[in-house]
Amino acid sequence: MKKLAMVQGLNQAMFKAMAEDDRVFMLGLDISTGSMGVSLGLQQQFGEKRIIDCPAAESGYVGACVGAAITGLRPIAEIQFADFVTYCMDQLVNQAPKMHYWFGKKASVPIVFRLPGGSGGQAASQHSQNLEALFTHIPGMKVVLPSTPRDARGLLLASIRDNDPVAFFENKFTYGVTEEVEDDEFDNFEAIPLGVADVKREGKDLTIVATGAMVAKSLAAAEELAKEGIEAEVVDPRTLYPLDKKAIFNSIAKTGRLIIVTEENKRGAWSAEMASLAAEEMFESLKAPIIRIGALNTPMPFVRVLEEYVLPQVCDIVAEAKKICK
Amino acid sequence: MEKEKMLDLLACMARIREFDTMAEKVFLSGEIQGFVHVYRGEEATATGICAALRKDDYITSTHRGHGHLIAKGADVNEMLAELCGKSTGCNGGKGGSMHIADIDKGIIGANGLLAAGLTLGTGAAFSAKYRETDQVAVSFFGDGSSNEGEFHETMNLASLWKLPQIFVCENNGYQVTCPVSRTVACKTIAERASAYNMPGVTVDGNDVLAVLEAARKAVERARNGEGPTLIECITTRVGGHYVGDPSPYVPKEEKATWKERDCIERFSKLLVKEGIATEAEIDEIKKAEKKRIEDAMEFARQSPYPDVEEAVRNVYSDFDEEGRNR
Repeated sequence: MKKLAMVQGLNQAMFKAMAEDDRVFMLGLDISTGSMGVSLGLQQQFGEKRIIDCPAAESGYVGACVGAAITGLRPIAEIQFADFVTYCMDQLVNQAPKMHYWFGKKASVPIVFRLPGGSGGQAASQHSQNLEALFTHIPGMKVVLPSTPRDARGLLLASIRDNDPVAFFENKFTYGVTEEVEDDEFDNFEAIPLGVADVKREGKDLTIVATGAMVAKSLAAAEELAKEGIEAEVVDPRTLYPLDKKAIFNSIAKTGRLIIVTEENKRGAWSAEMASLAAEEMFESLKAPIIRIGALNTPMPFVRVLEEYVLPQVCDIVAEAKKICK
Repeated sequence: MEKEKMLDLLACMARIREFDTMAEKVFLSGEIQGFVHVYRGEEATATGICAALRKDDYITSTHRGHGHLIAKGADVNEMLAELCGKSTGCNGGKGGSMHIADIDKGIIGANGLLAAGLTLGTGAAFSAKYRETDQVAVSFFGDGSSNEGEFHETMNLASLWKLPQIFVCENNGYQVTCPVSRTVACKTIAERASAYNMPGVTVDGNDVLAVLEAARKAVERARNGEGPTLIECITTRVGGHYVGDPSPYVPKEEKATWKERDCIERFSKLLVKEGIATEAEIDEIKKAEKKRIEDAMEFARQSPYPDVEEAVRNVYSDFDEEGRNR
């Protein structure tokens, strides 16, 4: 067995994608030197033509990626911190996701926007956001948020091979998280198709739909609940859009209870969309109200004691689960 | 220049004029709806620039895009059908006036966002260089867009990376209703090029031959790998910002100059004066273009609207969105 770190998984996916397809290239800030380690070694392997450090001009270089995608290339646009996506919202909202709709079968927009987001490292309010709901709202955009190194690797490879714009969120504070993989699986891996959820833990009493870093917290909560005789099923959608409703609804049909745990601040979050889908389509299966757990509706505070208070913790998940499993 | 080529320039300008005269007429009569911006008065700019391009070169356009698209070779039948929202339109009735696109002709599209085309053009130029073709990308934009961040970001990127991009600023004196004297801090927009270490020239945008000459130089420079050029074309928006705008903010004295600055009249007079064409030949060309547009309008009228199910297709390349049960 070998240990695969999240950052390695992402790195391996880009190595594989660039080796198999010359049209894949990457623009971003400070990527030749690794940018938090994700792009480490890529420029040495693939050269300055394909791994290009950009000026701090997000709408310029991200827009250039969109123009390159429509004219035959397959760009990866790294936005150094997901929070900086505000610099290039025109490209992510008004341009890339609309163009296939205009062009129809004549052209698609194969582009991956890599968005390192996430909270929990005392990075404070401008470097800690979880902005996925901004993009699940936009027709034409696919949205991915992996929770494990293996998933991150397979999903990033699938995203680069995909023909549509993909907002690929990474929780940068989980880059160091590792997962054990078989020796031969360390270097040999396949893409994980977008739109397929993964049941991370089976259980009969309660469904916990969790995303990103909240998957690990939900699994920890499930272990605590098991001690009290409550078996939680933890489902990671992995792709927020297109969403694997079937897998999630199958779980709800089995358990009759749903808690959604995401790191986003709760108001207007993706979790609200998930809850409303379940309420609209699975009402008759539900034995208890749907519960959403998210960050508090505040900017992310800096100091650890406040940050931990604002973010969802294992104890919150356990407490809510107990309430609806009485 | 050969007579035939000179007459092609005239025909192109006349085609654009007739197209927008028709677009305005059917908009005001209520036959078409939406937002329509016509190019009347600016025909020499698109015609002169595109006459220096090859079929496989790229252009990006603006909200006032009909002229650029026609000059680049878009099919006027498909364009008018698109304005009418018909299934035979370039974009099947999903784009309308502001999103006409035809990638097969190098037309990345009209665009409803100021300066968005600049970033897409940088991407197309990047793509050409990356794929080692000698294609060039022209980005048309207005004086207003030269104040957007994207203008400055892409001028810097294109110059830094020596991209085959040509920045064509159509300075028609008005950013919607606001005169350029109240929006641009420098004397000319062309001089902004010096900040990005590229040539910047100002030409009479109502003189098709002057525009063509500037375009040829810029295209040659771009194809030779010497990088981008900024061409500022001083031109005249004859009419308001949109069809139906009576433009009360344009002084009467300025409106009085519209006729004498008319690019088509000026070029027609030149052709006669230089003995290149007779008035009868010129009238013949104009009549033929009028007929071509009338036929195109008839084609658009006779074409069917799209099936409603088309609304949910091509949002993504690999699945359709959910429709309604009606």
